[in-house]
Amino acid sequence: MNDLLKPLSNATRRGFLKTTGAASLALAAPPLAGETAAETVPNNQVRLTINGRDYDLDLDPRTTLLDALREHAALTGSKKGCDQGQCGACTILVNGQRIKSCLALAVMHDGDEITTIEGLAQDGALHPMQAAFVRHDGFQCGYCTPGQICSAVALVAEHNAGWPSWATADVATVPALTEAEIAERMSGNICRCAAYPNIVAAIREVAEGDRQ
Amino acid sequence: MKPFRYHRASDIASACASAAKPAVKFIAGGTNLVDLMKLQIEAPAQLVDITRLPLNGIEETAEGGLRIGALVTNSAAAIDMRVRRRYPLLAQAILAGASTQLRNKATTGGNLLQRTRCAYFYDATKPCNKRVPGSGCAALEGINRMNAVLGVSDDCIAAHPSDMAVAMTTLDARVETITPEGSARTIPIDSLYRAPDNTPHIETVLTPGELITSVLLPPPPSGRQVYRKVRDRASFAFALVSVAAILDVADNRVRAARIAFGGLSYKPWRSAEAEAALVGAEVTRASFNVAGVAALRNARGYGHNDFKIPLARRTLRATLVQAAGIT
Repeated sequence: MNDLLKPLSNATRRGFLKTTGAASLALAAPPLAGETAAETVPNNQVRLTINGRDYDLDLDPRTTLLDALREHAALTGSKKGCDQGQCGACTILVNGQRIKSCLALAVMHDGDEITTIEGLAQDGALHPMQAAFVRHDGFQCGYCTPGQICSAVALVAEHNAGWPSWATADVATVPALTEAEIAERMSGNICRCAAYPNIVAAIREVAEGDRQ
Repeated sequence: MKPFRYHRASDIASACASAAKPAVKFIAGGTNLVDLMKLQIEAPAQLVDITRLPLNGIEETAEGGLRIGALVTNSAAAIDMRVRRRYPLLAQAILAGASTQLRNKATTGGNLLQRTRCAYFYDATKPCNKRVPGSGCAALEGINRMNAVLGVSDDCIAAHPSDMAVAMTTLDARVETITPEGSARTIPIDSLYRAPDNTPHIETVLTPGELITSVLLPPPPSGRQVYRKVRDRASFAFALVSVAAILDVADNRVRAARIAFGGLSYKPWRSAEAEAALVGAEVTRASFNVAGVAALRNARGYGHNDFKIPLARRTLRATLVQAAGIT
């Protein structure tokens, strides 16, 4: 391979992963080329509890929660797809609620509890939703999958808590989690491979298992 | 994104004082503002984070309505059982907007103040009087399929994108604010938005540093509430046309009607014309057609969005048929 085409960021990340074992990370992003000193603004100290572990980060206020996870906490499971809130690949749970981490500023989440795809498995056992996605083949390329699974985990919790959706005929009731309800509630997660039928089947299985 | 300073507000007064300065903006859910900042359509020098202010409750009012705090998320409002039972129109409209991930972040105040999704507002290579005052409007001669047909001007034909605000307009909601001077204001939601005229960059009557603290819902009027939304795909898309209707029927006659349209104007478009045409009318499709003609009489299409005018009439009719329960 031509040297110019080598994936430099991956090399950097690998080295980074090798040398970092501590829970406390303080990596200041180097200033981007072309930025003048006059535009420099102070960084902020941000504590995030990610998958049960505290991370103390020194962040430019512009850093999105997604970039904080991927580039500062080295948790690359959450994916950057559109980076504008439309595709859902960056979906994570903040204080138990699913959000799009690409549209969240990390500094605004100081002190929050975050769960990413890396935090769903417990003691080496897949989360039931992860296992169901595997059983039902709920993916092809896999890029949207971490977001799909985080979203699906929250969907089941929301439904158990009685949340209605646009597909609910009478919003004062709690409907059964039909295919139409699951599709509506998952509309914030796009799958370019169109694995939707299998994703819906996986979610349905987990939701029904919850009620048995 | 341009660099900015971050300030976390700890009380309302200091938040308003900070945001009264030039190039300072409030941020709450950020689902719209962060997106616009990435594109440098918004480039504040400072953000005032208001998410830790005590404005996230829903409470009963003495008159029998609800006061929804400005920081109540769209999800929290839509799952509240008082909203679902007494204002199903509002719960439906909120659930019709965006996706759960965005509704978990987006707030009541922020939803009202979100910017248009006009493609030319987002496209920095094209003129846009809203983005760069005086630069022109590329939508007039462009692909204006999503743009407005009522109440707009030759300087801007952008449509307001909210679903929630359409339901609130039908419910005669009032927006409560506080100014940097500490005085409280109550603004009828229909008066919150300013017509574009020749200053489309000024979108509301709010003054610099004025903060929306809550939205007041009067007691629900009698009648059946229905929100209907027509869009290009079944979910997670902005409205081409939406209708929020409250229809009170007795003895096969309309006793009272409240109608607002989404997707047609710079604001949720309350139609006094449709309401006047409906009151006293027989509950028939023919009456609903008459109301639709009255509602769209002053509408003007700009080419690609001409279809919105007949679509709005038919959507109104379908909404009223549903509200009246006729077959």
